[in-house]
Order: sequence, then C-alpha cells, then structure tokens
Amino acid sequence: MLGLGSFWLPVDASSTTQYVDHLFNFIFLLCTLFFILIVFVTVLFAFKYRRKSASQRTSPISGNHKLELIWSVIPGVLLVIIFAWGFRDYMSLRVPPRDALEIRVTGVKWAWSFTYPVDGIVTTDLVVPEGRPVKLIMVSQDVLHSFFVPAFRIKQDVVPHRYSVVWFEATKTGNYNIFCTEYCGTGHSQMLSQVKVLSGSDYQDWIDRGGEEAGSAGRSSVDVGKHLYKKQACYTCHSIDGTSGVGPTFQGLYGSKEKLESGDEILVDDNFIRKSIIDPGADVTEGFPPVMPTYKGRLNDKQITALIDYLKSIGTDKVKN
Amino acid sequence: MNYLTAKKGFKSWLFTLDHKRIGLMYLVAVLSFFFLGGVFALLVRAELWTPAGDMFTADMYNKFFTLHGAIMVFLFIIPSVPASLGNFLIPLMIGAKDVAFPRLNLLSWYIYVLGALFFFYTLLFGSLDTGWTFYTPYSSQTGTSVISATLGAFILGFSSILTGVNFIVTIHKMRAPGLTWGRLPLLIWALYATAVIQVLATPVLAITLLLLVVERAFGIGFFDSTIGGDPVLFQHFFWFYSHPAVYIMILPGFGIISELITVHARKRIFGYNAIAASSVAIAVIGFLVWGHHMFVSGQSSFASMVFSFLTFAVAVPTAIKVFSWVATLYRGSIAFTAPMLYALAFIFLFSIGGLTGIFLGAIAVDVHLHDTYFVVAHFHYVMMGGTVIAFIGGIHHWWPKLFGRMYNEGWARLGCFLIFIGFNLTFFSQFVMGSRGMPRRYHSYVPEYAIWHQLSTIGSLVLGLGLVLTLVYLLHSLFWGKRAPHNPWGGESLEWQAATPPIEFNFTKQPVVTSGPYDFPEIEQDRS
Ligand code: HEC
Ligand SMILES: [Cu+2]
Ligand SMILES: [Cu+2]
Repeated sequence: MLGLGSFWLPVDASSTTQYVDHLFNFIFLLCTLFFILIVFVTVLFAFKYRRKSASQRTSPISGNHKLELIWSVIPGVLLVIIFAWGFRDYMSLRVPPRDALEIRVTGVKWAWSFTYPVDGIVTTDLVVPEGRPVKLIMVSQDVLHSFFVPAFRIKQDVVPHRYSVVWFEATKTGNYNIFCTEYCGTGHSQMLSQVKVLSGSDYQDWIDRGGEEAGSAGRSSVDVGKHLYKKQACYTCHSIDGTSGVGPTFQGLYGSKEKLESGDEILVDDNFIRKSIIDPGADVTEGFPPVMPTYKGRLNDKQITALIDYLKSIGTDKVKN
Repeated sequence: MNYLTAKKGFKSWLFTLDHKRIGLMYLVAVLSFFFLGGVFALLVRAELWTPAGDMFTADMYNKFFTLHGAIMVFLFIIPSVPASLGNFLIPLMIGAKDVAFPRLNLLSWYIYVLGALFFFYTLLFGSLDTGWTFYTPYSSQTGTSVISATLGAFILGFSSILTGVNFIVTIHKMRAPGLTWGRLPLLIWALYATAVIQVLATPVLAITLLLLVVERAFGIGFFDSTIGGDPVLFQHFFWFYSHPAVYIMILPGFGIISELITVHARKRIFGYNAIAASSVAIAVIGFLVWGHHMFVSGQSSFASMVFSFLTFAVAVPTAIKVFSWVATLYRGSIAFTAPMLYALAFIFLFSIGGLTGIFLGAIAVDVHLHDTYFVVAHFHYVMMGGTVIAFIGGIHHWWPKLFGRMYNEGWARLGCFLIFIGFNLTFFSQFVMGSRGMPRRYHSYVPEYAIWHQLSTIGSLVLGLGLVLTLVYLLHSLFWGKRAPHNPWGGESLEWQAATPPIEFNFTKQPVVTSGPYDFPEIEQDRS
C-alpha cells in the first residue's frame, strides 16, 4: 500500500525491516491456515454431531497413533524452520556493518539525546543520512529504557552502566517515531523523539551548519530554549506557571535569590543556571531533593545558552505567586 | 445434611477444615479480586479512549495498570482454579474424604488472606507504580510502596507452595481403590503438574522479591547498578519463576477443558496418554524458556537462540492438546450447554493466543513486537481467553455440585456470547495496534493508534457487561434456581457419585473405581 505500510505492519523505511517482515508474513500465513483448519473442523464436528436425541450413540475411539504422530511431527518441523529463520535474521539485526556511522545515545527520564562523532553536535532528534548504515551505542543515565523505531523494526533495551548496540540503514527520507518501550515511570509515554532521515547532501549541510536542533534554523535563541525545555524533559520537573513540581518552577526564577541546602543565598544568574544544568548536585536548592540528572554531554554550549535565554524570558517579570 | 448446612455460623466457616468450604472461601476471595482487578482494567481502558493523557495524571495511570496486573496475576489467576475448584474437586474426584493435610489447607487460605492484606496496605498507602513485573532499577528507586507489595507477593507464594504440596500428597496417597494413574480424570493430571511447578518455582520468586526488599531497605546492591548490582539479573530471576507461572495459570484450564468436552460430548478423550504426558512435558520444558522474555534485554545471542528453540519445543505439546480436544468432538453427542459453549470458546480463543506466541518466539520478529500491545493481546488471549474462560466454564459445569442449584441456561448463553464478543473486540484490536508499533504501558499515545484503542475500550465495556451479567444470574440461582439433579450432565468421574451438594466427608462409603473417567453409557461397544 504505497508506503503506508500493510494492515499489520507500520511503514517500512529501513533495510533492516526485511529481517522482520518476511518472517512475520510467513508466520502469519501459517497461523491463519492452522487457525482456519482448527475452527473449521470444530464447527463441522459441533454441527454434525450435535445431540439430536438423548440416547444418541457415540464412537468408542480413544486415540489414533498415526494421526497423533502426524499432528506432532508436522507442526514440529514447521516450528523448527521458523526457529532457524528467526535466529538467522536476528543475527543480521544484531551485527552492524563495519563502515557504520556511530552515534551515541543517552536515555534518561524522560528524553533521548544523540551525540555525534563531530565535535559539539548533540540533538534530541536523531538526524541521519539516507542509505548509510548507522550504529547506535546506547546507555542509560538512570533506569531501564528501550529504544524502538517501529518503521525500522529495531528495538534494544538501554541499560545503566552498560552499552548496548543497535543498527539500521534508513532507506527513505522522512520523519519516524522513536518510542521508549521499557516502562520508566511518569514520563514514559512522553519519551518520544523522531528519526529524521535526510538525503546524503542535506545531511552534510546539516552537519556543516553545526547540527542545530531540527527546525531551529532562523529561530530565536529563546524559541530554541523553549523547544529544548520540552524535548529535554525539563518540563516533567519544572513548571513555567508557578506551580511547584519535583523541582522549583521556572517562573520568576531568573534574577531571584534562592536559598541553598548549604545555607548560602545565591543570585540566579547565567552562571548559576549553567552550573545547575551541568552539575546539579553541586548547589542543591533548599527544600528540593537532589534528583536532577546532569545534562553534561547532552547539551552543547549553544543549547545551554538557549535555555538560559528562555529562562530569562519567563523569569524577568518579578511577580512571583 | 450437606456440607453447606452441616454446621452453622460464621465460625464454622472460618475454622472449617472441610476442603469444600475452603474451596468456596477461595472462590469468593479470588472472584472478588478478579472484580477489583477488572475495575482497574476499565479505568485504564477509559484513559486510553483519547490519545491525550487527559483523564488521569500519568502517575495515577501508572498505578492503575500496575495494580490491574499485580492483582490479576498474584491474587486472582495464580490461585484461581487450583485453590478454588481444585480444592473442592480433588478429593471428590479421587474418592477421598478430604485433602491429605486439612489444617495446612486452612493455613494456606489464611496466608493468602495475609498476603492480600499487604496488597490492601499497598493500595491505600503509597500504591505501586512499577508494573506487575517489578523491573529493577526502577523498582529499587521509585517512591511507591514496593516493599509492602513485594512482601505481599512473597507471602502469597507460600500459600501457593503449601497448596501445591498438599495436592501432590493427596493425589499420590489418597486415590480410591481401583483409581490407577491411567484412570485419573485429566483435571487431576493437570492440577498435579501445576502443583509440581508451584512447589519448585515459587521459592525462586520468593528469593528474588526478598533480595529486592533487602536492596531497598538496606541499600545492598543486587540489582541497582548505581550501587553495584545488575538490573538484568533481576529479569532472569523474575522470569525463571514467572514463565513457569504462566503454566501454573494455564494447565488447570487445560484440565477443565478436557472434562467439559468429554462430558458434554459423551466421548472418551482422544489421546488420553498424550494429553496427560503433554501436561508433564510442558511443566518440565516450561522451566527452561524464561529468556524468551529478554531477547532485547542485552542477553547473549547464544542464550537467545537456546531459549527460542526451547520455546518452540513447548509449543508442540500444546498443539497436541488442542488437536486432541477437537478430535474428541468427532462422532460425539454434543450438547450446547453453557459449559460446552465455554469449551468451544476456549478452543477458538486459546488457539489465537497460542498461535500468536509463535510470532513472539521467533527472535527476529520478537525484536519488533516485544513490549508492544501485540504482547499484551497475546497473553490476554492465553490467560483470559484460556484460563479465565476455562474457569468460568468450569464454574458452570460444577455449579450444581457446588451449590445444588441450576442457573438459567438462556442467560448463561447470552453471558457467554457477550463475553466472547467483548473479549475479541477488546484484544484483537490490540494485536493490530501492537504490530503497528504501539508500545505498552503508555498513558498517552500518538493519534494514529486512536481507532484501535477506541475499539478496544468499547470491547472492554461489552466484556465487563457480560461478566457482570454472569455474576448476577449465578448469584440469583443460589436462591431461586431450580434444585439440581444429582448428576445433571451424566458425568462418570467420582465427584458425580457424591450427593448434590456433597455431604461433609464426601461419600457415605468408600467408592471403588472399575472403569475410566470417560466411559459413558452412550459409547458404542468397541468391536475390535
Ligand atoms: C528529574 C527532575 C528534573 C529534571 C528532568 C530537570 N530538573 Fe532541574 N532541578 C530539579 C530539582 C529537584 C532541582 C532542585 C534541586 C537542585 O538544585 O539540584 C532542580 C534545579 C534546577 C535549577 C536551579 C533552580 C534553583 O532554584 O536553584 C535549574 C536552573 C534547573 N534545575 C534547570 C533545569 C533544566 C534547564 C532542565 C532541562 C534541561 C532541568 N532542570 C531538568 C529537577 C529536575
Ligand atoms: Cu520508558
Ligand atoms: Cu514466558
């Protein structure tokens, strides 16, 4: 169906989908066949041998070794075929080609970030070139997550303190959903990103422009900050409307004085915000648990500046409620 | 004087040693939890009516699906058939006065209640948001009441172990004269295999949960990698129990279906030995397939290969059972009573559940389907379409024996029909959205899946309606139902020789068995 995916499977946009789809369809066919057979025979018997009189005689049959052998061996053989096929294709899904482009992935409650081998490029959406194998080396900063791209049929758990690897080769330009499929708490279903597949030359242009956040070309720094506030999941802990969440609200934060756990009072300025993002454990605000994850390596300088500009934009009105 | 009227008063129930009364107390308890778990399921389905997470907060939603799963698994489906019908029927079916250790039996029930109290505590104080699987390190870090919930599951495990031990000894030692292993009703075989798994697997769960409690309480690192543990290790431990537990849940259902089909089709079971042996084979191989829950967890490819192979190996005995049930219908005298309708529904639904398992056993395909709604649909087809349908069918089959009353057949058929339609609508749509990529445990979702979620939610309402209707006419029959004849379906196994309802110690004189459990008078004389 012209790139819309079949009824059962989503769009396919990667060379790795063949390892799943052919086998899926094969199993689907077999299962449908067996299911129809079982239901047909059941309905047939149920109708044909329905009780017509209370004294209806029934057959003394209590087994048939030949038949039992047949219906053990045939499914047995089919299952072995499916097993071998499934394992072979799994190995193809596991082993990335040598020349693959390597990108590092960090999963954290509740955002993904992608670090490129080119200096300073860190994004919240995965931008990749079409027609080139990409190898993702993934790790979690907190609990388990799982990296799933339905359009590529790839999935791999992302574990703290352990690297896991998954690869794909996108075959169609476009945007595809990334889901987290290992339950990870409050924001689990919000842990969404996209794979943006660009043509080879567009990708090179993007790299040359320093890999800015997708769609941020020509946007003000404040807007980029707003975008990151959402994409980097700051919003799951920090509100912008004055309500207190896991962390302090951003409303009226910039320029205010905050009391720290250490007892010191501090002015929230550019430097303090920067430090709070890179090394949140250093100056913990009074009355809040020290649970903010570090964003070191997941935000580059430009992005931190954008966040500071964004905080400034909602922080300068001194009216705190 | 039957077992219900032999003694009076509240205490005569709370201190009873009669396996039939204990079975009934279990029945009331597990069905209450089925109801509670069902309410949480409906709340989950209600939230998913729209893509946005607009009805409950994410934290509330996470608690609802966790409580739905934990209650259904630990408090309902694991004890369901064995503890209620099993307790009631095993001594009757083998011609014994009671189980081997009646006091232990009562103790199991109290331990179950104690475990349930821990769950109530959890529910009221802090709740639980880890999913029923308690995966670490999330469960070692979340602020909800993980400790009380895991202790609850730990305690429930003991109830399960003690019931298992009791059944094993009873079946070995207390069979009536002439009741050889080859003449045992297949329900007894199935409950026997179940009891063996309960005794062998449950301690592993107990240890795992205890380690989790110790980690949370004392900060000793077993599973949390920030303090030196290994989160994936937890998954190995957990599934080492929880996969065999799947067979604790389904084997008793298999046993019930074998009884329903034979009695209501007036036939000997097709391939008695194959069915009995396949129960045991499933119980044994079932211990060696746990890693099929972990194909994308990062376990080694070699391990995945072995687990995948063994998973397909369990599929064969399961297929044999289904084929044998269908073949049993051949040249029978099939009555479309409520129990038979449930048995037919079981064949339909369980086949879908079993066949979709093949997709998940094939490693490459599982990579795509793992942790999507496809898996959710698969195990609901097996657990609810299989076990619960068999359980309800069994309740209908033995209802006259339990209470001495008949329910209204017309209402029973309508209930069965509603449940069947509602169930398929609820869960078949989940297969479609799952294979299209919809992840499980999502509070909100991308709009392209909305239509499937809506069908599913509508289905869940129909299903709920069918279940409530069933409860209503069953309760109604207790007071206003026709008095049941002594053996309404013409069963040949021993429980039908006891009075209806049975007397306190089951039989007035020791029954002696001279023929198989399915030698019905309608069967033509074997000419060979
Ligand atoms: C898991 C919850 C969580 C997330 C996600 C989170 N924070 Fe925080 N944040 C906190 C908590 C709790 C505090 C207060 C304790 C502390 O200072 O470490 C805090 C403190 C701060 C502070 C200092 C505020 C003050 O009043 O002193 C800033 C600035 C900040 N966070 C910015 C961010 C930004 C920007 C993001 C997203 C890129 C973010 N946080 C994401 C929980 C979070
Ligand atoms: Cu998640
Ligand atoms: Cu399993």
